[in-house]
Amino acid sequence: MIADGVEDEEKWLSAGIAGLQQNAFYMHRALDSNNLRDALKYSAQMLSELRTSRLSPHKYYELYMRAFDELRKLEMFFKEETRRGCSIIDLYELVQHAGNILPRLYLLCTVGSVYIKSKEAPAKDVLKDLVEMCRGIQHPVRGLFLRSYLAQVSRDKLPDIGSEYEGDADTVVDAVEFVLQNFTEMNKLWVRMQHQGPAREKEKREKERSELRDLVGKNLHVLSQIEGIDLDMYKDTVLPRVLEQVVNCKDELAQYYLMDCIIQVFPDEYHLQTLDVLLGAFPQLQPTVDIKTVLSRLMERLSNYAASSADVLPEFLQVEAFSKLNNAIGKVIEAQPDMPILGVITLYSSLLTFTLHVHPDRLDYADQVLGACVRKLSGKGKLEDNKATKQIVALLSAPLEKYNDIVTALKLSNYPRVMEYLDSETNKVMATVIIQSIMKNKTRISTADRVEALFELIKGLIKDLDGTFDDEVDEDDFKEEQNSVARLIQMFYNDDTEEMFKIICTVRKHILAGGPKRLPFTVPPLVFSSLKLVRQLQGQEENPFGEEESTTPKKIFQLLNQTLETLSNIPAPELALQLYLQCAEAANDCDLEPVAYEFFTQAYILYEEEISDSRAQVTAIHLIIGTLQRMHVFGVENRDTLTHKATGYSAKLLKKPDQCRAVYACSHLFWVDDQDNMKDGERVLLCLKRALRIANAAQQMSNAARGSTGSVTLFVEILNKYLYFFEKGNPQVTVAAIQSLIELITTEMQSDSSTPDPAADALFASTLRYIEFQKQKGGAVGEKYEPIKV
Amino acid sequence: MVLVLAIGDLHIPHRAPDLPPKFKSMLVPGKIQHIICTGNLCIKEVHDYFKSLCPDLHITRGEYDEDYRYPENKTLTIGQFKLGICHGHQVIPWGDLDSLAMLQRQLDVDILVTGHTHQFKAYKHEGGVVINPGSATGAYSSFTYDVNPSFVLMDIDGLRVVVYVYELIDGEVKVDKIDFKKTPTTRSAH
Repeated sequence: MIADGVEDEEKWLSAGIAGLQQNAFYMHRALDSNNLRDALKYSAQMLSELRTSRLSPHKYYELYMRAFDELRKLEMFFKEETRRGCSIIDLYELVQHAGNILPRLYLLCTVGSVYIKSKEAPAKDVLKDLVEMCRGIQHPVRGLFLRSYLAQVSRDKLPDIGSEYEGDADTVVDAVEFVLQNFTEMNKLWVRMQHQGPAREKEKREKERSELRDLVGKNLHVLSQIEGIDLDMYKDTVLPRVLEQVVNCKDELAQYYLMDCIIQVFPDEYHLQTLDVLLGAFPQLQPTVDIKTVLSRLMERLSNYAASSADVLPEFLQVEAFSKLNNAIGKVIEAQPDMPILGVITLYSSLLTFTLHVHPDRLDYADQVLGACVRKLSGKGKLEDNKATKQIVALLSAPLEKYNDIVTALKLSNYPRVMEYLDSETNKVMATVIIQSIMKNKTRISTADRVEALFELIKGLIKDLDGTFDDEVDEDDFKEEQNSVARLIQMFYNDDTEEMFKIICTVRKHILAGGPKRLPFTVPPLVFSSLKLVRQLQGQEENPFGEEESTTPKKIFQLLNQTLETLSNIPAPELALQLYLQCAEAANDCDLEPVAYEFFTQAYILYEEEISDSRAQVTAIHLIIGTLQRMHVFGVENRDTLTHKATGYSAKLLKKPDQCRAVYACSHLFWVDDQDNMKDGERVLLCLKRALRIANAAQQMSNAARGSTGSVTLFVEILNKYLYFFEKGNPQVTVAAIQSLIELITTEMQSDSSTPDPAADALFASTLRYIEFQKQKGGAVGEKYEPIKV
Repeated sequence: MVLVLAIGDLHIPHRAPDLPPKFKSMLVPGKIQHIICTGNLCIKEVHDYFKSLCPDLHITRGEYDEDYRYPENKTLTIGQFKLGICHGHQVIPWGDLDSLAMLQRQLDVDILVTGHTHQFKAYKHEGGVVINPGSATGAYSSFTYDVNPSFVLMDIDGLRVVVYVYELIDGEVKVDKIDFKKTPTTRSAH
């Protein structure tokens, strides 16, 4: 049935166009032969096609446009006629003889246009006549198009200020009056459409009405372009009349469209100055009108206006824009208790943006807005609506972007309260936004209180919130999150050591609640912040009269010890071991021997009990030896114990080459350059000899397992170590020892059973070159090296 | 002229939040032909950042690096020079130039780039040059109390390499340069 209808419509339209074109043809013929009577006859027939009721607005428009084009030519003819002496007044009267009213009125408007141009009568008189005569058409679609035609032809003939049509009798007041009347009538017709036809076709009607809305809105546009309208006239005449029509028509579609039109079309300064009136209209509108969108758009415009130039800001203050808008929103929300939460938040979001632009220094206003939001949200529990949560994120991000400083945002007491209503996913999103803002602006967070407040806000990242077990959290996302928390911790700093210690304690408290998955990310930055604080304390004068409670390196180390214990529950032994060794070095610098020893003990326990991967063991051993080598705080006994253990571990590594290398590295434990009592030549040599034995064993093993003795590279490396200590003046490393090692290597390389290894050869060659070079140096060094034969 | 960036020990996010902004604005993609990284980045984001500066990226593993697949050491040839990279925690005593020279002999390279101590060093010995680009973020180091963010840019041209060191001192970037020339050595035939 409907398909038939559409097909029919196409048919009627084609028929209408055909009829129109045919009559137009005859009309043109008449015009060409200056036959006024015939021209009028055919034009009237042509315009009769517009009398149809069968077309939808969309199709009617097509017909109308063709008629419009033809009427332009007719108008030109009329103009010619008057120049040829035909009286325009006669013409004006003549066209009124047309049989049907619709063609009659189109022709009248066309002649009227020429009439006004001729200036034989005041513009206002003609316009008034026309706008009232158009009342003859009460059919909505036909009437709207007719009046639209009137508006189009009269557009450039309004007696505006500075226009040629302005005179003593014609003023801008008349122009305004004309447009307002046309507008009012058009709106009435438009609204009437809603009530025509059966109820079941309501949706279709609304769609059709929507297609026509610009015809009505155009009038407002025209009004906005009239130069003679100043603020006073707008306030006294234009706005009240327009609003009167909008309110009285009691039509949802019209009200929504026209309110928005007013806001978009007239200048922002006008809106500011008429804010009371404008806002006063909202509660009078139909309850189904989407006021929040219109209000939001108004606030958006005003925000942009405020942002455009600082000069306009005083105006905002003068009209008390904020409180008016705030009240208006409050009233709207009250009047619509069923408004969905998305609507409420959108409104407050727009208001907040407005506030931030117009009153950037009034934190209390911003807080007020957030507080109103909280009140509306209370009792609703966590939000489920995706769009609503997105809006809340936008709401909360606005102050961050404006102030560029989380600290200012933290001063808004209602900020954290709004965040309470976010579900854990969105909380994390918001937390990430906050952290990014801090990192981007390089904000330093400098008090424990602020750290506490901040961690409260971002708690979704710091720990698992109640009832959420996100096993589905993407691993990469989780890593990124936690790394951003780690970076954040670096931004907490205060020169004052007491405050810094409080900050560290606060951070510790929060991250320890984070659970085993988070600790490997969050503990390291905490540790290093603490070690930096230790250094700072060292730099300060020791205060012998200091209070019991004041921070000392010892206290910090105790805290660190307890913190690092938690890593062992995860388990994360390699990381824990590295951090224990770092702490040991720091304790070494503070001359705290027992503390350093305890850290080493913990590291060793981890090595023995938890680190079983071969590669990890090698790395751990290097770190242990490297750290121990630098320690000066240990007494002989302690040092001996730790060294003995380290050497033991080295000799027990899985692969022989690793063993060998670790053991010769241990030789350095017995020789520390800048401490004379730390130079034990014998034990160095013992170590190196042990390394040699291991290298030998490696060779034999290789021979047994693979049939060749493998590479000599380990021997060459040990040779290098011999040379190192020889040069340092270790009396136990003799020229003879070096010589025999060189011979051993040479023999091995030439032996059949050894595996050729270019790398080992190169190493040997460069070692020998080194010896030569040292000889060439002359002086004490040259003398030393002289006896070595290569 | 071949530009090689030597950089490392950023320790992001354990010890530093990010590269200093003044460094970031200097390091733009397209200007550098190779990046040599001593290790301890520590996370993938830093790796990706370097990759975006220059696709030819060589990294060795530092003890805190998240990625276990980086090698312990690496060698590569650029122009007439053989370069070696190693983080340095494996060479004991840490920072000891003689021990580093031994590593250089082991890797058989003209230029050895290592890190770990967070102290810039450029040292010439008979076997070649040892360069430590320091820490690009000025991260905490048990080695020294005074860490300024630094990195190194090497300009390799024929047998000559100019080492530019960029240090951030009191908020200002200071540049220094050191010249090294390689003498074509005659090695005994293998």
